[in-house]
Amino acid sequence: MSAEDMRRAIARIAHEILERNRGTEDLVLVGIRTRGLPLARRLAARILEFEGRPVPVGALDIGLYRDDVSLHSRPIVHTSDIPFPVDAKNVVLVDDVLFTGRSIRAAMDALTDLGRPRTVQLAVLVDRGHRELPIRADYVGKNVPTALQEEIQVRVEEVDGGEGVVICSSGEGS
Amino acid sequence: MTNPTNSILIRNARILDPSQGLDRAGDLLIVDGRISKLAAAIRDGSLPPGTQVVDGAGLVACPGFIDLHVHLREPGYEDHETIATGGQAAARGGFTTVCAMPNTRPAMDNASVVDYVLRRAREANLVRVLPIGCVTKERAGQQLAEMWELAQAGAIGFSDDGNPVASPHLMRQALTYARGLGLPIINHCEDLALSKGAPVNEGRISNRLGLAGCPAVAEETMVARDIELASLTGGRLHLAHISTAGAVELVRRAKERGLPVTAEATPHHLTLTEEWVQGHDASGPLSGPLSLGSYDTSAKVNPPLRTRADAEALLAGLRDGVIDAIATDHAPHAVTVKLVSFDDAAFGIPGLETAFGSLMGLVHRGELPLDTLVARMTQGPLKLLGECGKGLGSLREGSPADVVLFNPDQEWVVRGAEFASKGKLTPLEGVTLKGRGVATIAGGRVVFSEVAGLAAADDS
Amino acid sequence: MVTGSFKVAAPTRSSLVDGTRRHVLDLDDFSLEEINLVLTTADAMREVLGREVKKVPTLRGKVVVTLFYEASTRTRVSFEEAGKLLSADVINVSSSGSSVEKGETLLNTVRTLQATGADVIVTRHPHSGAPYFMARNLETASVVNGGDGWHAHPSQALLDLYTIQRRLGRVRGARVAIIGDITHSRVARSNLWGLTTAGAGVVLCGPPTLLPQEFLEGSHQHDGGPLASVEVTTRVEEALEGADVVMPLRLQLERQQAGLLPTLREYSKMYQVDERRLKRAKPGALVMHPGPMNEGIEISPQVAHGAQSMVEEQVHNGVAVRMALLYLLIGSRQAGVS
Repeated sequence: MSAEDMRRAIARIAHEILERNRGTEDLVLVGIRTRGLPLARRLAARILEFEGRPVPVGALDIGLYRDDVSLHSRPIVHTSDIPFPVDAKNVVLVDDVLFTGRSIRAAMDALTDLGRPRTVQLAVLVDRGHRELPIRADYVGKNVPTALQEEIQVRVEEVDGGEGVVICSSGEGS
Repeated sequence: MTNPTNSILIRNARILDPSQGLDRAGDLLIVDGRISKLAAAIRDGSLPPGTQVVDGAGLVACPGFIDLHVHLREPGYEDHETIATGGQAAARGGFTTVCAMPNTRPAMDNASVVDYVLRRAREANLVRVLPIGCVTKERAGQQLAEMWELAQAGAIGFSDDGNPVASPHLMRQALTYARGLGLPIINHCEDLALSKGAPVNEGRISNRLGLAGCPAVAEETMVARDIELASLTGGRLHLAHISTAGAVELVRRAKERGLPVTAEATPHHLTLTEEWVQGHDASGPLSGPLSLGSYDTSAKVNPPLRTRADAEALLAGLRDGVIDAIATDHAPHAVTVKLVSFDDAAFGIPGLETAFGSLMGLVHRGELPLDTLVARMTQGPLKLLGECGKGLGSLREGSPADVVLFNPDQEWVVRGAEFASKGKLTPLEGVTLKGRGVATIAGGRVVFSEVAGLAAADDS
Repeated sequence: MVTGSFKVAAPTRSSLVDGTRRHVLDLDDFSLEEINLVLTTADAMREVLGREVKKVPTLRGKVVVTLFYEASTRTRVSFEEAGKLLSADVINVSSSGSSVEKGETLLNTVRTLQATGADVIVTRHPHSGAPYFMARNLETASVVNGGDGWHAHPSQALLDLYTIQRRLGRVRGARVAIIGDITHSRVARSNLWGLTTAGAGVVLCGPPTLLPQEFLEGSHQHDGGPLASVEVTTRVEEALEGADVVMPLRLQLERQQAGLLPTLREYSKMYQVDERRLKRAKPGALVMHPGPMNEGIEISPQVAHGAQSMVEEQVHNGVAVRMALLYLLIGSRQAGVS
């Protein structure tokens, strides 16, 4: 995916979110750290552009909720920053890649510790398959079939200083 | 000692005997428990039948070492050491005579305990055990022990070791009274009001580890006091395990004044420093991080390990004779009283089996001549023993056959678990030492041997 | 000399950063990176503390034992709360009502706790070095030093660093005056490591009888380590001059009884941090105290409860920092997963 592909995909997802939720009433976006957060901010910017109304954006850190930390290098835990109540809201969780579903499971646990949303929806830039839990995305930028040993790298300007999605056959990518 | 009938010839060893100023290659013949002959070459034809012949090439033969200061723990603390296990440890360390401190239970403050110790030593039949009686009843520092009767029973001097004689008045009377018996008072110099029983030297390590510190002056003020009391009374004073540069200086000046003062130093105060409590690798700046090996209770000893400057002053004093003798202060403990927090741990290092090897390190580094080391372990102690040590510490023909054979270059790794002593925890655990006693003959009897062709008495 | 002639392998430094640290015994072996990781993680924990439902599942199935041989309220409660908020099972063992009272040795006690499945043993002991003794005799359990004798109190020093960082925005370059009984203070000792590693300037101040001889003589300045920059003074006015942080230490009555001080009265006249003296520090300087305070001795009640007092914030931050420590020590160790 090129930077241009990403831009178009985000615009489409923004439209889909508005369509499904019938506007911005009670709509909040919560980006999962690290790369879900800039994606959530971009979605919010598109929505503002299309509707003329701002939607709140929060940041969620799932480090304290993961069940797979020892399989990775230990994640650095950051602060969750959700400066609005999530009770009775339609919350769209935003992440870069949907893979096993374990991050999303952790994110839902983290979110429900903060309140009781009316609905929780999931938007991802890339769905690469290989789910280990019964979780699916409501909004998908692109379905990318991958082999298990492959790595998907999403690069966003705010974090990585560049844009795009690449597949590596294996290696150091995170 | 028994009366062994067998004879032993040590052939072609380097024979080192400071008592005769002797250092040359030669043969040494032992017959019936005595040195029979010392010569450049002893002809086979002159040997008694059945003589064991030992090839001494590469080995040094010298008089058996004499240790003025050991804790054999018996009676009363047999889980920490016995006269038999301590005797084996002594034999393995090259010692043929050890002076047993009286902090037993009951304390050696009466003739019957002295009798008991001497009887157990005879039963163990290993090395010569010379008992030291108490200065005061129950080592309590209140009332003088019956020193005359102790002397009659065989005590070679008096000490409340572990406990200093705190009262200057009592110390004065003890020196005066013992003078009449011709025997020394041996004092552990520590002003408890200054030291407060602190577990380490006061200074950078006590500050670094957050432990109470025992200041050098706690030792030095009492050394100074005792020297003046010796001057006043004319009584013989022996200073146990001095550990500070200041104490060495005080003894030096006392000797210059011609006072009847002798002093000993331990191998650990000569070769280790306070950093060993923090861990072997702590010689860098104060700021180095601690490790799991820090607060090493095996290095907890009283007096505490001091600074490098103190160790260097002790060594200088040992070289020039201000310090008369090496004494191990062998203080074995069962592991149970060492495997506890540092403050709770008992004081003491089992030193008999590592003393010679660790001091040989000084010789190999050129810091101490070999003949001086041997002299401080054989001739030096006789200054304290006086008449009680008559004939010991020498290879003169006719002397009791107390001989140690050592290999000055043999390297070995210290393993506490292999000690004969019941004190298995040593700060030197895992350390490689160079120099090892390989056979010990006490009164003509082989009490320890790793030498081919020389069987230890127990094995025969 | 025998010393120096033995080859002893230099210990490889373990770290929370790469998950290789098993014990937290003092801050002398913490790198700056490691300290910063703890402070960053504490931020996340502080957010949890601010929630209505203060609980996260992070340490579900982990066992934290607090083993305290000395009275303590805030440290023990703080660790207990930290463990519970992270969903660990927390078991408190104190020296009454347990086998500790029956004379069981320290060694057997900690080995028993390890055998029962403790992942972390948080301990306080009146003897310096006791946590090192425990740690070297345990194969799997972690030891966290909750204060040992006069030696160290690393979690307190970390929460002090965290409080300074939050309030001043930085630790580097801050001037921190630690005032009182330095010789007998584990808080001072651990803070020395933490503050100097983080780049703060430290001034130690107290009566000469309560300052280690070594600092008093200044021999530490020639030692070549991080402590070389530490200033020492016996005049409190000098210590306070331009300070960003003022940290009076608890003065214990037993120092008077031991003859180290004439009276507490004289001490309070000479060294008490009061409003008048505090004016010498920078405006808005933080006043921190490890607690419990002797108001009217080392600190005046006005200062103890004044606008500059960080005492309650320190306690609050203490929970966050201890959550961070527990998480970083055992959060990634999973049963059945290597």
